[in-house]
Amino acid sequence: MNMTDKITGAQSLVKALEHAGVDVMFGIPGGAILPAYDPIFDSKIRHILVRHEQGAGHAATGYAQATGRVGVCIATSGPGATNLVTPLADAQMDSVPVVAITGQVASHAIGTDAFQEADIRGITMPVTKHNFLITNPDDIPHAIAAAFHIAGTGRPGAVLVDISKDALTNMTTFKWPEKISLAGYNPVMDPTDAAIKEAAKLIAQSTSPVLYVGGGIIKANASKQLMKLAELTGAPVVTTLMARGAFPDSHEQHLGMPGMHGTVAAVTALQKADLLITLGARFDDRVTGKISSFAPHAKIIHADIDPAEIGKVRAVDVALIGDLKHTIKALLPELESVFKKSKPDLTTWWASCSEWRTKYPLGYDQPSDGSLSPQYVIERIGKISGPDSIYVAGVGQHQMWASQFVGYENPRTWLNSGGLGTMGYAVPAAMGAKVGAPDTVVWAIDGDGCFQMTNQELVTCALNGIPIKVAIINNESLGMVRQWQTLFYNERFSNTDLHSKRVPDFAKLAEAMGCVGLHCDTKEDVDRVIKEAMEINDRPVVIDFNVHRDAMVWPMVAAGASNDDIVVAKSMAPVWDSQEL
Amino acid sequence: MSNQRTLSVLVENSPGVLARIAALFSRRGYNIDSLAVGPTEDPNISRMTIVIDVQGHALEQVIAQTDKLINVLSIVELDPVASVQRELLLVKVTTTAETRSQVLETVQLFRAKVVDVAKDAVTIEATGNSEKIHALLRVLEPYGIRELVQSGLVAMERGLKPGNTGNNSSND
Repeated sequence: MNMTDKITGAQSLVKALEHAGVDVMFGIPGGAILPAYDPIFDSKIRHILVRHEQGAGHAATGYAQATGRVGVCIATSGPGATNLVTPLADAQMDSVPVVAITGQVASHAIGTDAFQEADIRGITMPVTKHNFLITNPDDIPHAIAAAFHIAGTGRPGAVLVDISKDALTNMTTFKWPEKISLAGYNPVMDPTDAAIKEAAKLIAQSTSPVLYVGGGIIKANASKQLMKLAELTGAPVVTTLMARGAFPDSHEQHLGMPGMHGTVAAVTALQKADLLITLGARFDDRVTGKISSFAPHAKIIHADIDPAEIGKVRAVDVALIGDLKHTIKALLPELESVFKKSKPDLTTWWASCSEWRTKYPLGYDQPSDGSLSPQYVIERIGKISGPDSIYVAGVGQHQMWASQFVGYENPRTWLNSGGLGTMGYAVPAAMGAKVGAPDTVVWAIDGDGCFQMTNQELVTCALNGIPIKVAIINNESLGMVRQWQTLFYNERFSNTDLHSKRVPDFAKLAEAMGCVGLHCDTKEDVDRVIKEAMEINDRPVVIDFNVHRDAMVWPMVAAGASNDDIVVAKSMAPVWDSQEL
Repeated sequence: MSNQRTLSVLVENSPGVLARIAALFSRRGYNIDSLAVGPTEDPNISRMTIVIDVQGHALEQVIAQTDKLINVLSIVELDPVASVQRELLLVKVTTTAETRSQVLETVQLFRAKVVDVAKDAVTIEATGNSEKIHALLRVLEPYGIRELVQSGLVAMERGLKPGNTGNNSSND
């Protein structure tokens, strides 16, 4: 076909998506986007017909998280588009590269409150990295190329391209831009030499440093470089919720996850450190606790590709603006050279860190009534399925336990909604991850509350050969909210009892959706049921784990409290006196 | 009390840009004191002059967050000394046979001009920096101000070369 041949805007859109390297997209057709679905029918791009647009959005996110490629979702105007708002906000908060294509009413009808009209560009402005409204078919290839460029480079994020129906039906010629350059978008890739030197100097002076690792390491595919940096400096490593898997849990320098439900060792190391080497983390309130008392003695090196993160929450001493892989690569030789002159002795520091780690390991009690412990279930899934599987969590207690007890060794094996905290993320995101990594075992570790928000996508999984495994940690409650009610609202359990051990019957529901449904009520059955699920690869499997409802997530720093007030278990705070530095 | 800062922002002249800036400022809780938008010598580029009330660290955040918008080509803070800053004022002042000459004298003093005359009022046009505009209004107030309208501040760096357009190559 000739470049000058006339085609419809819709054909141009599909050609553009093919040129952008899209191999799969998740979506649902409807009136305004209908013209695009005709050429999609003939395209080599796999289109997966989901059951709700939110599912399409999270699936695109899960795909992107698992593969590092840009995830794509597509929906029609109005309600189709507004149903994408939550997953777009979710992807943007967690810096996941996602492109959403939405149909819009015909350009002459825009602004008239036409049928299925919603100003999705206006609506998504605050929750996307950028968005476009296209009304001229000639603009489609450039907009698609720009959307993928913006979503996938710099600090990744969500981009929406809204295309009016007449732009899809009118005739145009297709011209793919060879190179995208946007005057107002030039991500900085390399930090300055001066900043690298300054950072190396601070590291060489520090006797109690911590590598504070965030999700940016995974986004930059910089885990190998991180390992080199960790081993060169010998510093303790903490990995945030978004960074689990960026550094192996089994590594002796790893103190675990910091933050509200972090390990005592990770939280305390940050509090006592004299230097935080911050890599692609953003001083989120769930990590810092009360910011005025966070890491009070620490100087801050902050490496991030987003200049606006520097100093947003915490003032920094050295800013390293750039891609983390480039940054660490530049830092390593500089450090080697300063370490030749003097390398700080971390023996005392490690003695303290090791003591915190030994004294306050992660743990949990088996319920005294003999019922099933949720932490045990999750721990067993991690052990049996192993570190090469992908684990996708919803939001709440089960998410924290999955972060704490699975055990992660590799990047892109832990997917969750960290920033936005989107309940219902797990099933559709696991679907997207499985599509992106079909040969990998993908577990959705979900809560009974979360599962009831988005489980309809199991139908999509069953029909499209996407055999994910779902472990419902069923405590018949909105468990994290119930935990807060226990701790802060005098056990007044207002509207957190879901009765989900009575209704619905999750195994039957799974069977009805074309999946295998399994039950597990006792500790003795846990391994057997998990292994049974591991054997099934032709259909999705759902296991309803009937767990103790009063289990709580520990340790805990209460919202707004200082990290110094971490509580290991109910009413049991660590004693600091002997360890004061 | 005021920590007013003047930002000069070059943006792509495309639909929705003003909404993006306004949405960002609203979402991040920055207060806009005044905002003026207009074309530049390049029809594809508009200049916004934004006056905000922030200081120190918050100002750096405003600049960094605004600069992240894809349609924003450049953003700089203008030093009041190293820039020319102007507002436009139109004000309708009550006049009587006794006060008219005094009002006209004030107009002369402030190098303003009368743009409309009615039986019992004159309309005055004045340009200048904020201090001059405020001073003029203070003097006119006793005569009776019927109505007034002010533009947002517009500003430009002094000197030959506009330093804030230098680093960005445009996309063609």
